[in-house]
Amino acid sequence: MKKGFIKIDSQRCKGCGLCVSVCPKGRIRIAEALNLKGYHPAEFQEDEMDKKGRCNACTLCALICPDVAIEVFRE
Amino acid sequence: MAQQVFKRPESLKDNVFHYCPGCGHSIIHRLLAEVIDELGIREKTVGVPPAGCAVLAYNYLDVDMGEAPHGRAIAVATGIKRCRPDLVVFTYQGDGDLAAIGTAETVHAANRGECLTVIFVNNGVYGMTGGQMAPTTLPGQKTTTTPGGRMALRDGHPLDLSRMLALAAGSVYIERTAVTSPKHIIKTKKAIRKAFKVQMDGQGFALVEILSACPTNWKETPIEACKRVEQVVATQYPLGILKDATHEPTADNP
Ligand code: SF4
Ligand code: SF4
Ligand code: SF4
Repeated sequence: MKKGFIKIDSQRCKGCGLCVSVCPKGRIRIAEALNLKGYHPAEFQEDEMDKKGRCNACTLCALICPDVAIEVFRE
Repeated sequence: MAQQVFKRPESLKDNVFHYCPGCGHSIIHRLLAEVIDELGIREKTVGVPPAGCAVLAYNYLDVDMGEAPHGRAIAVATGIKRCRPDLVVFTYQGDGDLAAIGTAETVHAANRGECLTVIFVNNGVYGMTGGQMAPTTLPGQKTTTTPGGRMALRDGHPLDLSRMLALAAGSVYIERTAVTSPKHIIKTKKAIRKAFKVQMDGQGFALVEILSACPTNWKETPIEACKRVEQVVATQYPLGILKDATHEPTADNP
């Protein structure tokens, strides 16, 4: 199975939540902590497994991210 | 070895967008930069940004840009293109800019078939000035100047300028898309690419109207605002190709 991971630039992110809403694997959540601008940035949940499985580098999160804060990698 | 499958386009500067969280302008800027990269036209592209939230588009797109007074982007772009037909010239305009203040030059440029690419971002309000009613505002929609909701007989009907421009004899390609889901974003990029190709092939006036969310002035979350575009706004302004009079260039009809 294809595997991947994403890197989120937490200072660029404005916490809009659009990436969270499109990720088919439920791999992204909004952080408790604030970034320098005062937004709750999105964070990638790499290690926690749930039944939807791992990130498959589908790029949907990056396609919708308005702030171009996400880079996607395939392993 | 991990391979990068999505990265920031080169024609997009490193600056952080000033746009609100979830604003469609940011997505459209990125798509433009991707298309400019893919077509390899960065060194010969000139953009004309509007007055409105996107007035600072030149801080983000790494191509030559020349600001126009409110509504006049297509007039300025016409001048640039007629003087330098070798350049690729596009305008980037909101609905307040293009469909209200700039109606005259827009209609006539389409009618003359000016060889331009127009990116028309429709979010149904005047965003930068605080969410006043625009010609595109939906019936019943609350804005700061229609606090009880837009009433057609008092405030006018929603203006579908793209459909009017499709009737103009000189327009070649007009499509309406949205940037509210990955699927629509991919379609929008294809449409922008085609609108640039139409110009580069010398075919004439090409416009992409992009339905875009303005979560701030709609007082909705970005996710709610994207849903509203797909479920409500797109019923008033249906997505799809409004006109496609393009032809495959041949030797005697380039
Ligand atoms: S690339 Fe796809 S699976 Fe991976 S985090 Fe983004 S949306 Fe989720
Ligand atoms: S879509 Fe982009 S800006 Fe919005 S929460 Fe996700 S990473 Fe942050
Ligand atoms: S006011 Fe609306 S259009 Fe302007 S930046 Fe904010 S969300 Fe975008």
